[in-house]
Amino acid sequence: MSDTMRDAFGKKLAELGATHPELVVFDADVSSSTKSAYFGKAFPDRFYNVGVAEANMVDIAAGMSTAGYHPVVNAFAIFLALKATDQIRNTICYNNLPVIIAGAYGGLSDSFDGASHQAITDIAIMRALPNMQVIVPGDAKQAEQALEYALQQEGPVYIRLNRNAMPDLPATDAIGTVCTAIGSDVTIAANGITASFAHEAAVLLQKEGIKAEVLSVPVVKPLDVQTLKNSVAKTGKLLCVEEHVLAGGFSSAVSEVFMREGISCRFDAIGIEDVFTETGPYEPLLAKYGISAEHIAERAKKLCK
Amino acid sequence: MNTTVEELLSQKERKFNAKELALLAAYFRSVMFDTLHTRGTGHWGGAASSAELTTCLYFNRLTIKSDDPQWEDRDRVVLSKGHASINLYTMLAHRGFFPIEELSTFRTLNTRLQGHPCMKTLPGVDMSTGALGHGLSIGLGMALAARQSGKQYWTYVISGEGCLNEGQSWEALMSAAKFKPGHFVLMIDYNKVQLDGTTDEIMPLEPLADKLKAFGWNVAEKAYDGNNTEEVLESFAWMDSDNQWPKAVIYNTVKGKGVSFTEGKNTWHGAVIDDDSYTKGMLELNADIEKKEASL
Ligand SMILES: Cc1ncc(C[n+]2csc(CCOP(=O)(O)OP(=O)(O)O)c2C)c(N)n1
Repeated sequence: MSDTMRDAFGKKLAELGATHPELVVFDADVSSSTKSAYFGKAFPDRFYNVGVAEANMVDIAAGMSTAGYHPVVNAFAIFLALKATDQIRNTICYNNLPVIIAGAYGGLSDSFDGASHQAITDIAIMRALPNMQVIVPGDAKQAEQALEYALQQEGPVYIRLNRNAMPDLPATDAIGTVCTAIGSDVTIAANGITASFAHEAAVLLQKEGIKAEVLSVPVVKPLDVQTLKNSVAKTGKLLCVEEHVLAGGFSSAVSEVFMREGISCRFDAIGIEDVFTETGPYEPLLAKYGISAEHIAERAKKLCK
Repeated sequence: MNTTVEELLSQKERKFNAKELALLAAYFRSVMFDTLHTRGTGHWGGAASSAELTTCLYFNRLTIKSDDPQWEDRDRVVLSKGHASINLYTMLAHRGFFPIEELSTFRTLNTRLQGHPCMKTLPGVDMSTGALGHGLSIGLGMALAARQSGKQYWTYVISGEGCLNEGQSWEALMSAAKFKPGHFVLMIDYNKVQLDGTTDEIMPLEPLADKLKAFGWNVAEKAYDGNNTEEVLESFAWMDSDNQWPKAVIYNTVKGKGVSFTEGKNTWHGAVIDDDSYTKGMLELNADIEKKEASL
């Protein structure tokens, strides 16, 4: 376990600031939570705290991006996705502007603050917007890689970040699908931090003689369909896992392509059902909503029956 | 095209005087009315009220290059009231950004002249708008970019008072007063009529100047007559008069200006111009052109 994703992201912002003069950073009065404050401290002249006004922040950043800058806007994922949807859609996506939307406290990771602060619909919203790319890093390293990738893009990228210290996944050179366990019985495709639980699940399954292949899939859009297809060609079974409602998120994205391309397999998905979530310590909370190694293993086993 | 107008427009890049601008605005207003009637769609009321404001900006003040629309140092204009797209298109066409004949494609399938302005399709549009309430934030970003990169360009945001109903406008007002970028101006086309009714009926804004001042803006003491080119030029002189930013100018205007039966009426915000109204309206608009021509 290394830095939290937000710490890693904030530090990376500050590091990249030195070599990327076009990088400007915005925050909406939560920079000590999002950790964009690292950048603010290192480059006060390129850091704008606009107050608690997410919509305004997004449009200001958009304006700057039309004149040669590459802004990163930071706020809680839920408020960016909900209070600034119009600005993200009509200004940033419609004009394909290079603005990085960094959604902090993604999923249930602001666990104690409860439902009002938990982003469980952000991926569905962002994914539906033309021109938008959507990345849900699985660990601190992936968060850094997502930022590096996004800075190379000419259009918008949404990066959903996690608040808490989470286990590290096997490292790769750049953001993309990572196979954390090789297997031939069932494919578990896990989005964001659910990948580490899926990896643990594979260990549990192994004990029962089931060989699960675990893919950490951080990029929801554009989706790396080929790697998923290759794995499913081998296993014939797919279990998707995500920290988001099942409507419109990662599992939806995968099943849409599989249906369209006529790839048949036994399929299941773990995510938040059609309910609002609640307060609690992070891991027990995740477990209550189905995201735990045990529950993933159980559902994978069912697929194999 | 009216020959005097043609003569004026052939003098590319010239800064016109108040009387010439009045003639141009009268002529442009007739072009807008005509195009909206031909196409049977679009927004007349708010396009007409801003005619002098945009004519004075585009034909007296802005530093822009029609042969290099993306020129980094150009002044920026954000039409926050994007529904007045026909007004912006009329300016850009006559300023040489695209052929005047293309105005006739307004709101047709495959046109560059989208219902609301689109910066990706049409040269000269600095920002796509349409959803109200965005313009001031976006303009602020452009002005901050100028300061950050040491550029001298100006950023003008044109807003209607209905646009100021949006909470985001007030977020932007607060943040502009915090960051204070130079050469940043909010021009309010205060025609006092929105979509559904008058501003007093829908959402009273008074005391508007005091509110803006209380938000930390440098507000012009005079509420200029925004349908009078001499007064609009006077407001430009005020913009240049000191270095206190951000600046706001409130222009008293008339919605549907120039066609008597549309003036001050919210029903003419976006109504289709029927043939009968067109014939009557054109008589008035043409008479105004003649009057402005005679007083040159
Ligand atoms: C966010 C949003 N809500 C509603 C509309 C529909 N609408 C278009 S124009 C308008 C009234 C605008 O009034 P004002 O800004 O005063 O414009 P003007 O009178 O100058 O035309 C409304 C409600 C819109 N374009 N955007």
